[in-house]
Amino acid sequence: MRAMSKGTWWFIKGIGVLVASVFALAKGLRLTLAMFFSRPVTICYPEHKREVAPRWRGVHYFERNERGDTCCVACGLCVAICPSQCIRLVALEMDSGERYPEIYEINTVRCIYCGMCAEACPVNAIKLGKGYEFVDYRRADLVLDKGRLLANAPKEV
Amino acid sequence: MELVYFLIETIVKVVAVFAVVMGMVAYLTLAERKILGYIQVRYGPNRVGPFGLFQPIADGIKTFFKEDVVPARADQPLFVIAPMISITAAIALFAVIPFGEQIEIFDRTVSFTIANLDIGLLYVFAIASLGEYGIVLAGWSSYNKYGLMGALRAAAQMISYEIALALSVMGVLMISGTLNLGEIVQKQVGWNWNILYQPFGFIFYIICALAEINRTPFDMPEAEAELACGFNIEYSSMKFALFFMAEYAHLIAVCAIATTLFLGGWDGPFNLPPALSWIWFAAKTAILVYFFIWERGTFPRLRYDQIMRFGWKFLLPLTLANIFVTGLIMVVRGM
Repeated sequence: MRAMSKGTWWFIKGIGVLVASVFALAKGLRLTLAMFFSRPVTICYPEHKREVAPRWRGVHYFERNERGDTCCVACGLCVAICPSQCIRLVALEMDSGERYPEIYEINTVRCIYCGMCAEACPVNAIKLGKGYEFVDYRRADLVLDKGRLLANAPKEV
Repeated sequence: MELVYFLIETIVKVVAVFAVVMGMVAYLTLAERKILGYIQVRYGPNRVGPFGLFQPIADGIKTFFKEDVVPARADQPLFVIAPMISITAAIALFAVIPFGEQIEIFDRTVSFTIANLDIGLLYVFAIASLGEYGIVLAGWSSYNKYGLMGALRAAAQMISYEIALALSVMGVLMISGTLNLGEIVQKQVGWNWNILYQPFGFIFYIICALAEINRTPFDMPEAEAELACGFNIEYSSMKFALFFMAEYAHLIAVCAIATTLFLGGWDGPFNLPPALSWIWFAAKTAILVYFFIWERGTFPRLRYDQIMRFGWKFLLPLTLANIFVTGLIMVVRGM
């Protein structure tokens, strides 16, 4: 049998490469067409919101006690443990001997949302909520005081 | 009196074609973003108006009010003229395209073409290559190395692919024996579409057209990753918008010419009244435009040397072979 000439071989190989590449291109086109007809995965944000994780650490809030005031006993453990030192606490002792936070401020610009304050709290007064829509125009407005921390508490279901 | 009628007819046609083309260009930008979005499993623009339908208007207002910057060391006249050349060349292509069948209005035969040139196809190629000047001059006059690189690539790529583009439609010319686009369509009526006789010619034409209008996989002149933006890097405001519009007008024009040459123009599976025959034309063009967007969402950009090699060593011989085979078959069948 006579061996194939180099030119013929080159020609057949070229045809093979051509067919293979056309198939490869068609494969890509098929994939994108399938994607075109599939449903977009986008969550249209302001109208639809994504469910946050169960242990999501969002903006802080205060638990209330039976009087409707903060549970906080101003022990200062959260201040001590806070790695970014963003909690400012001025404690006050009431006539009954209970301690009470006169001033309690979380500077959320510094806060890293680690959740250590919530873990350290002996009375579970400070907690991290699920809220993440927390923006403002001035830095001063991003400091949470006692009133705002109480207001941030999730609504009772 | 005949001259007055002719003038009125032509002006009406020019205004209509211009308005429709510009409207299509505006909404093609939206269509492209939408389709690319859906290909990438997201929605694309959907904020401005229902389904983002007012997005082109918002974009237009935005570009209109942007600051018009001309670089201090740019070649001022060329810098200003370049986008004008681009858009003019792109829109002028629509002058010879037959959009529909001839109709009778007020005892006058009116064709759906602005200018029924006997050298229509030649005109198309002449004007299409004029569009290169816009890009090359833009890159050259910007006094920017990326712009210059983009212009250089554009010049090399478009000139090399123009040869293959012209050769790829030679088969159509041989079959129909005329350069008049209206007559070319006329000869395809009744399932006689040129794509059936020239399937490879059609494929080569589409490939070359992609290169000609600088679209992915051949978008070398404005390769974002390497050239920042390519030839139009220094352009802002309406000058940039003109380039943008030119690009899309060129895209529609190329699809319209492909429809005319290969897909039977206004001829359709069933006959519409002559006044509505443009619907077939529009539908076929729209399918081609969709393909052009679809492939943009699919294929990556080729390397520069690969593009040149593909053009010269692959496309050029194949288009020549296509002409040769077409001629051979014509001789054998005694056409």
